[in-house]
Amino acid sequence: MERGWHQIALDVLKANEVRLIPYVPDNVLKPLIAAIHADPFFHAFTVAREEEAVGVVAGAWMAGTKGMVLMQTSGFATLANVLASLPCAFQIPVLLMISERGTMGEFNLGQAAVWRTMRPTLEALAMEHHVITRLDECEFIMDRTIRQAHLTQMPAALILSPLLTGGKAVTRQVVA
Amino acid sequence: MIAAHNAKRMYRFDLMQRLVARLEHEEAVIGGIGNTNFDLWSAGHRAQNFYMLGSMGLAVPIALGVALAQPKRKVFAVEGDGSLLMQLGCLATVATLAPKNLAILVLDNGMYQITGGQETPAARADFAAIARGCGLTGAAWAADEADFERLVGQCIATDGPHFIAVKLDDQPPVTQTERDPPQIRDRFMRGMGAKRSKLPG
Repeated sequence: MERGWHQIALDVLKANEVRLIPYVPDNVLKPLIAAIHADPFFHAFTVAREEEAVGVVAGAWMAGTKGMVLMQTSGFATLANVLASLPCAFQIPVLLMISERGTMGEFNLGQAAVWRTMRPTLEALAMEHHVITRLDECEFIMDRTIRQAHLTQMPAALILSPLLTGGKAVTRQVVA
Repeated sequence: MIAAHNAKRMYRFDLMQRLVARLEHEEAVIGGIGNTNFDLWSAGHRAQNFYMLGSMGLAVPIALGVALAQPKRKVFAVEGDGSLLMQLGCLATVATLAPKNLAILVLDNGMYQITGGQETPAARADFAAIARGCGLTGAAWAADEADFERLVGQCIATDGPHFIAVKLDDQPPVTQTERDPPQIRDRFMRGMGAKRSKLPG
């Protein structure tokens, strides 16, 4: 049976010894979060803000443990300052996995509006980032991006497109 | 329990010297931005010190990451009151995860000293009470220098997570930390035993 994107992500994180997973949850990430919690290899926990998770992963890396932050697009939008002044300035490979909300059938205008800030912010920070759209490319992009981040000591972001995950689809406006 | 308004206002540099003098087991210290880490630096550089340059509010989360990565090493987060206000949620995270080796030290001068001494919006806040409310049940104010030393000793000798708040006077920092982030990171990683290099450190 073909592995789903979340099983591939789980396998790639393990292969790269990425154990510490602080996150702010997202519906699309649910199967990955559940799988990570179910596997004793990982230490996963929620934090109050995505900034906190960036600090945790940065501290852990400097003390010898690899980690990755899970979040959705709106969470990424809170991070420009801490990304610039911690992982970018100090050259610390903080990894971000972002569930892409706000595009391809988004029902929430707030998400759609903040989505437009994500790529310009990543580009302005000169942060390595890749959008994953296809299952057959998922393992290669995840594995190589994580490896490069660790080898070059630079942060990186993996964006999970709705083309990969199915996204969070609502077909009609809800009127109560 | 000492109420905030009864705590003596102390000199940050003196407290940093007292803290560093108690560290005999390569304890990690994460210094929050600005004057907080400047006086940690002035108290005498140690390979186990990390000095932030931005990312205001992240001293506790960074220290939490270090503490989770190395459960046998004691880790101190030294954070300013204005900085902690930016990231109060981290106290709840620390209380939930309850790392035994983490101690949080909050230096409360009631102002943004580095930008001209403007008051913080926390004139009526009690940081130890906030910490207790988040689940850090032993959180306390240090009444004076002797009490500070006693509480730091407790952090070193007993399981945490610990939380100490101190009231500061308005004296400026002694000097400034050298601003070279990759070098600070490199030295800290060597201090943590997380990096070996043939390059001189």
